[in-house]
Amino acid sequence: MPQADAQPLKPEPEPQAQDVTMSDTPSPVQGSNDKVNLEDLFDDEDSDPEFPSSVPQINSEEEPSQTEPIKITPRSSFSDPEIIRAFYQRLFPFRYLFQWLNHSAAPSNDFAHREFAFTLPNDAYLRYQSFTTADLLRKQCIQMLPTRFEIGPVYSSNPRERKTLRKASAFRPVSKELVFDIDMTDYDDVRTCCTGASICHKCWSFITMAIKVVDVALREDFGFKHILWVYSGRRGAHAWVCDKRARLLDDSRRRAIAGYLELLKGGDQGGKKVNIRRPLHPHLDRSLEILKRHFQTSILIEQDPWGAEDKYAHLLQLLPDPTLRAALQKKWDSSPSRASTAKWADIDALAKTGALSKSSRDLLEAKQDIVLEYTYPRLDAEVSKKLNHLLKSPFVVHPGTGRVCVPIDTRKVEEFDPLGVPTVTQLLTEIDEWEGEEGKDGGKKLQDWEKTNLKPYVEFFRTFVAGLLKEEKGGVKREREDGGDAMEF
Amino acid sequence: MIRHDYSRVDPKRRANLDYKKKQFAKPEFKQQDYEHRLNYYILPPTAEITLEEFETWAINRLKVLSELEACSFRNKTPEETTEYMTGIINKYLPLRSNSSRSQNLQGERKKDHYSHFILRLAFSATEDLRRRFARLETMLFRLRFKDDDIRERKEFVSSLKLEWEEVGEDEKKEFGSELIAAGGVRKGEEQEWFKVDWERVPELVEQRRVFLRRGKAYVPQREQMSLVVAEFTKRLDDALELTARALPRLDEDDRLAPILAHLSQSFATPDAAYSSSDASIDGLSTITAASIDTLSTHFPMCMQNLHTNLKANSHLKHYGRLQYTLFLKGIGLNLDECIVFWRRSFKLMTDDKFAKEYKYNIRHSYGDVGGDANRRGRGYTPYSCQKILTEPLPGAGQNHGCPYRTFTVDNLTALLQKTGVNDRDLLRTVKEDVGKQRYHVACNRVFEWAHRREIKKVKDDGSWSATDLDTIVHPNTYFKRSWLLKHLGEGNVGVVNGGEKMEE
Repeated sequence: MPQADAQPLKPEPEPQAQDVTMSDTPSPVQGSNDKVNLEDLFDDEDSDPEFPSSVPQINSEEEPSQTEPIKITPRSSFSDPEIIRAFYQRLFPFRYLFQWLNHSAAPSNDFAHREFAFTLPNDAYLRYQSFTTADLLRKQCIQMLPTRFEIGPVYSSNPRERKTLRKASAFRPVSKELVFDIDMTDYDDVRTCCTGASICHKCWSFITMAIKVVDVALREDFGFKHILWVYSGRRGAHAWVCDKRARLLDDSRRRAIAGYLELLKGGDQGGKKVNIRRPLHPHLDRSLEILKRHFQTSILIEQDPWGAEDKYAHLLQLLPDPTLRAALQKKWDSSPSRASTAKWADIDALAKTGALSKSSRDLLEAKQDIVLEYTYPRLDAEVSKKLNHLLKSPFVVHPGTGRVCVPIDTRKVEEFDPLGVPTVTQLLTEIDEWEGEEGKDGGKKLQDWEKTNLKPYVEFFRTFVAGLLKEEKGGVKREREDGGDAMEF
Repeated sequence: MIRHDYSRVDPKRRANLDYKKKQFAKPEFKQQDYEHRLNYYILPPTAEITLEEFETWAINRLKVLSELEACSFRNKTPEETTEYMTGIINKYLPLRSNSSRSQNLQGERKKDHYSHFILRLAFSATEDLRRRFARLETMLFRLRFKDDDIRERKEFVSSLKLEWEEVGEDEKKEFGSELIAAGGVRKGEEQEWFKVDWERVPELVEQRRVFLRRGKAYVPQREQMSLVVAEFTKRLDDALELTARALPRLDEDDRLAPILAHLSQSFATPDAAYSSSDASIDGLSTITAASIDTLSTHFPMCMQNLHTNLKANSHLKHYGRLQYTLFLKGIGLNLDECIVFWRRSFKLMTDDKFAKEYKYNIRHSYGDVGGDANRRGRGYTPYSCQKILTEPLPGAGQNHGCPYRTFTVDNLTALLQKTGVNDRDLLRTVKEDVGKQRYHVACNRVFEWAHRREIKKVKDDGSWSATDLDTIVHPNTYFKRSWLLKHLGEGNVGVVNGGEKMEE
């Protein structure tokens, strides 16, 4: 029963007396001035399908005039219910999110059978939510004020009705974007600037490197075109590969891609993490070319991983040549706090003076392995391997930092600044402070997100979705940007 | 049962019967002619066989499959598996090549064909059985494919008419170095490549053994096996799915059903089973959160390692927690005590965070929460060595897995020495075992060394039989045996319940 959508407070629909046949056909009501009032009035009841809310951007036009401006101070908590409500009401781009997951303008099962999972303010985790339209999703968000929500796979039938099915096997995941999760925690043994949850610009470059390497591989090797990178809100990034071919992959194929991209193996006691055969696979060769450039600056200078006295033992361990190792040990023991750049140079310098018992080829390979160990992307592979793994939706607010999970433009990935991503409170203040032409000359009314720093991100997302939709329709021609992407190498 | 082994109307002609007459027509069966040694098992058998043949052929094939499974559980290398399996296959399911000029070629192939389809019937009922059957059949196919005569293999492959595109000369030139780097071929070697969608060769992609470009995989000729095997698996999976759907409508009397049921039951996992009775050890008072630290001296290295890391960092990552929680559950720590144990161990964490992010998982492992199946099954079973050894290797910051496998030799030696294993000969043999990937042998060796006096004692006074000192293949068995041996003569005299049958 699609009516279940109208009763979002409970994960399991209870028998409903009301007749809610309209719920799946919400027609956009133009200029429904009384809409917000109604919604407020009925807020404690189930959202009434007799009065379907309008499409989001129309709402957001109306609401500023209807609602009192929210008092926002920089000290407001990010998970304050009022803040969250205002965010979902005024800023969250539900329409584009809908189009993105629905793959067409008219509602289809791609969206209706998609699982959403809500994390509620009391930290309850509500799985198997589903919605027929963007609007119902929006309504439930405004009503339940989830601190965040995650997106799961499209199922063979409506997730809300899974228990009513006679056979359990009739409910199974069918498709989902191929996703990747890169998180800074996996870099803890190579980053020196921060630990745990904190990040700075220095360690963000790990993520930048990872995005570059993975993005190129997905496009060039696997031929995917619609790859959306999203900032995870604190210290990582997600990738959503949205091509149809990627969405339909089964678990074994997902595992294959994850394995293809995964390089570093072994835990803290496993010793050398890079064990690859030569000649290098073209993917690794290309990755090494990309990463080499970063190694000098991002690693040697910024991270300075072997600068401290107790750190360079690990570097020595990674060198295969005993003679060279002994020579370096001697040199560094006498000046332990030499910078990493100098130590890295020492390796070649000493090798040239003849402190080498193995071939210079072995040394070169060992050095390549070291570069890879310190720079190669560390994926949380489990996320990618399973079709039914849930991943946080783009554009939700990270409850800890208040930052919005905005898309990252891979063409300008170097410029992306995680610390400059707008926070929810900042954005809401921007709406209030905005002074523009709206309404004065009767011109086109602006949507709230257009008044804020969220604008470029939503526009980027809109373009991305448009490109995807075009291809889904059996689009006329490849988008232009394709050429641009290919230029990156 | 009468056996007709003469062929009648060609099966293709059967459909040409007038449909009105069809119901009166006699069923026409045909003996198939097996041209190739290998079989993709596309056409089901249609000739008649006796009930006895039905059963014995199936049992023989089952024997081969279970031995294959045992090989993979024991972590044998492909070479060791081939060596071990040759004898078994020759005994139970011989399949000779055309060139062998054996008299019974057709008979062998027929048996292979029929037994495959009988087992399909027996193992299509549940998802679990289907997956296992498909995996083992694939292994068997791969084994046979590998040792097939090169010319006959080629004929077989071309008879399959798999669609693949050959890589032209211009492309070979354009991507020459990439192709060679990806395939790991020496320069100058003559090579041919096929171009297929990468989805068809997932395992080659996973191991980075093919060159990929825009969604196409360039598969070297000698990796053809992977393609053929992948196709075999795919077709078998699909066919099993169909069989499963048709099974309820199987118009069967009580002749075949009991045989099929019996077959699928005897295919029970040879995995080191864990029974809940393993948890009860006489003489060991109820385990509490506080006693874990003392007991940890009896833990196998995989659990000791987790324990020390937990103590040192006040934290463990997910898979480590899972492995350790299940082990603790297995030694008899109850849920409440287990939660207390983890709460105390994560001493840097607030109660709130612990309750929110960790408690649920512990309860889930015990089957206290979760889906119906999980609760009814009382959560997960403690991991066996085989499970621990076949899981993905730990990544940065993770500590799960078997140290004999995940540690480098130097780190392993250091770890062993820290726990008091300092016998030089022992360490050397452990190193050799680990080098040959015989991790559990190494672990058992360490156990025997650490308990050498007690083992000698129970052997001498005959209180433990040889089966009680069998190779350990489960961490919980390790603990139990260790504890019992170290507490000999404390009234319990090594009385073991359940799993290890023991007479006093």
